Amino acid sequence: MENELLIVLLIPLLAGIFNIFLWRNLSGQKVVFFVSTILMVLAAANLLNSVIINDVITLQSAGWEAPFGISLVADYLSALMVFLTALMGLIIGVFSLFDVDKKRMQFGFFPLFSFLLFSVSGAFLSGDIFNLYVWFEIMLISSFVLMALGNTKPQLEGAIKYVTMNIIASVFFLAGIGVTYGLTGTLNMAELSILINGVDDPNLILLAMIFFFIAFGVKSAVFPLFSWLPASYHTPPVAITAIFSALLTKVGVYAFIRFFTLIFNQESQFTDNLLIVTASTTMFIGVLGAAAQMEFRKILSVHIISQIGYLIMGIAIGTKMALTGVIYFIVHIIFVKSNLFLISGVVNRLKGSFELKKLGGVYGKYPFLGILFVISAFSLAGFPPLSGFWAKFALVLAGLEAKEYILVFFALITGFLTLYSMTKIWNEVFWKKDPKEEETEEVKEEEPVSIKLKMIPVVFVTIIILALGVFAEPVFSFAEMTAEQLLNPHIYIDAVLGLDQ
Amino acid sequence: METVLAILTGFMYAAGIYLILRRSLVKLIVGLIILGNGSNLLIFLLGGITRGNPPVIGENESMLTGIYADPLPQALILTAIVISFGLQAFAMVLLQREYVQGGVEDFDSIKEEEEAL
Repeated sequence: MENELLIVLLIPLLAGIFNIFLWRNLSGQKVVFFVSTILMVLAAANLLNSVIINDVITLQSAGWEAPFGISLVADYLSALMVFLTALMGLIIGVFSLFDVDKKRMQFGFFPLFSFLLFSVSGAFLSGDIFNLYVWFEIMLISSFVLMALGNTKPQLEGAIKYVTMNIIASVFFLAGIGVTYGLTGTLNMAELSILINGVDDPNLILLAMIFFFIAFGVKSAVFPLFSWLPASYHTPPVAITAIFSALLTKVGVYAFIRFFTLIFNQESQFTDNLLIVTASTTMFIGVLGAAAQMEFRKILSVHIISQIGYLIMGIAIGTKMALTGVIYFIVHIIFVKSNLFLISGVVNRLKGSFELKKLGGVYGKYPFLGILFVISAFSLAGFPPLSGFWAKFALVLAGLEAKEYILVFFALITGFLTLYSMTKIWNEVFWKKDPKEEETEEVKEEEPVSIKLKMIPVVFVTIIILALGVFAEPVFSFAEMTAEQLLNPHIYIDAVLGLDQ
Repeated sequence: METVLAILTGFMYAAGIYLILRRSLVKLIVGLIILGNGSNLLIFLLGGITRGNPPVIGENESMLTGIYADPLPQALILTAIVISFGLQAFAMVLLQREYVQGGVEDFDSIKEEEEAL
C-alpha cells in the first residue's frame, strides 16, 4: 500500500536521471520520457484509486515513526493533484514534440520536464513543512532552467525577474519554518496542527502565518506579489508556459489550502480579512490587467492571476461548499488554461505571431481550431453547461450562503470581464480579416500533417473539458468528499501519527 | 548572545532588502545571498541556543541526559545552505548571460529596452 506512494515519485526521478545519461541520444530520451510519463499516469491513477478505498495513505520513510521521520501523505486532495500533474505532463509532453525546437531538446528539455513532474508531485505528497520547502526548491530550479532554456533575450529577462521573486519567496518560507519550529518544536504537518493550538502567543502564530502567506502568495501569484508572472510567462516556448500555468501556481494554491485547513485553521478575524481582500483584489486586478494586453500569451498569462483569485476566494470562505468549488475549479482551470495556451501555440505555428494586431482570419481557414478555442474560452468565462460555469456557480453559491457579498460581487464582475478578454482574442485572432492578406503577402503555410499532430493534445483536452461540464456530477461528488476530508483534519492527523490503530 | 544574534539577523535582513532594491544586478545577487543567510541565522536563533553537550547517547545509557544542543535546526540550516548555494549559482550564471548578451548592468536599462521593442 505504501509503495504506491513511492512509485509515483520514483518513476519521474529515475526517468530524469536516466535521460541525463542519454544526453546525446534525443530519440532515446523521447522514448524514456514517454514510457515513464505513461507509467506515471497509471501509477497516479492507482494511487488515486487506493486513496479512495483507504482514505489516507502514509509512508514513513525508512520506518521512522511520524513526528520524527519524514512522512509522505496522500489524501484525496494530494492524490487528485498528483494524478492531474501526471496527466498534464503526458499531454503537454506530446504537444512539446511538435512545439519545442531541437536545440532546446538537446539541452536537456526532457530530463528537466521529468524533474519538474517529480518535484511537483513530491510537493503535493509531502507531510512535513521543511520537506515541502525542499520540494519547492527542486521545482524552482527545474522551472528556472526550463524558463531560461534557449537563451533568448526576452527569456533571460523574464527569468531574472522570476528567479529573484521566487528566491525571495523561499527566504520568507524558510523564515516561516524557523518561527514555527521555534514555537512548536515540530515540522510534521499533522503534529503541528495539534501543537499550534497550545502556543500561548497568538501574535507569533500570526507572524509565522504572514511569512507563509508571503511565500505561497508569490508562488501562486496573488495580488501584490504577482509581478513576476506577467513579466516572464510569455517568454518561453508555449509548451513550457502551458505546463507552468498548469502546475506551478497550483502548487502555491495547494499549499494555501493545506496550511489554512490543517494548520492555521483557528478562527481569526485577521486571517479571514486578509484572505478576502487578497482574493477580491487578485480577481479584479488580474482581469483588468488582462484586458489591457494585446498579445495572445500575455492575455492568457495575466488571466492566470484572476483565476488564482477565485481559488483564494474559496479558501477565504472556507465552508464545505466553497472548498468543493475550489477543488472543482482547480481541475477545471488546469485543463482550460493549458488548452488555451496550446491553442495559442498552434495559432503561432500557423501565422507566425502572437501579436493580436498581426493575426486574423484563423476561423475562415481553420474553423475547427476556432471551435476548439470557443469551447475553452467560454468555459473559462463560465458559460453553462461548460465546466467553468459549475466551478463559478459553486463558489458564488458558497459566497452567498456565507454572506460574503463583496467577494461574490467581485467574482461576478471578473467573470464578465473575462468574457471581454476572450471575445477580444476571438475578434482579433479568429474573426477579423488577416492583415497580411490585405497587403497581399505570402502567408507562410505549414504542411498540414504536423498541424494535425499538434491538434491531437488540444482535441484531447477539449474532450476532457466538455466531459467535465456535461458529467459534472461525479467530479463534484469527488470534490465534495475531498472538501469534507479537508474540513475534518483529524482524519489526516490520525492517519499520519498512527492514532487510529 | 540571543540579543546579539537577533540584532544581527535584523541587520542582515535590512542589508539584503536594501541591496535588492538597488538597480544594479550584481547588488541584487549579493542582496539575495545576505537575505538567505539572514534566514538561516533566524532558524538557528529560533531553534533555541543552548550551551551543552552534543546530542549523543553514551555507551551505558538509554536516553539523553543533561543539557544537550538541538541538532535539528542545524540540519535544516545545512540543507538550506546547500539549496540556496545551487540557486545562487544559477542566478549568477543567468545574470552573467544577460550581461554578456545584452550588455545590461542594471534594471533601468532592461526597462528601456522593453520600451524600445
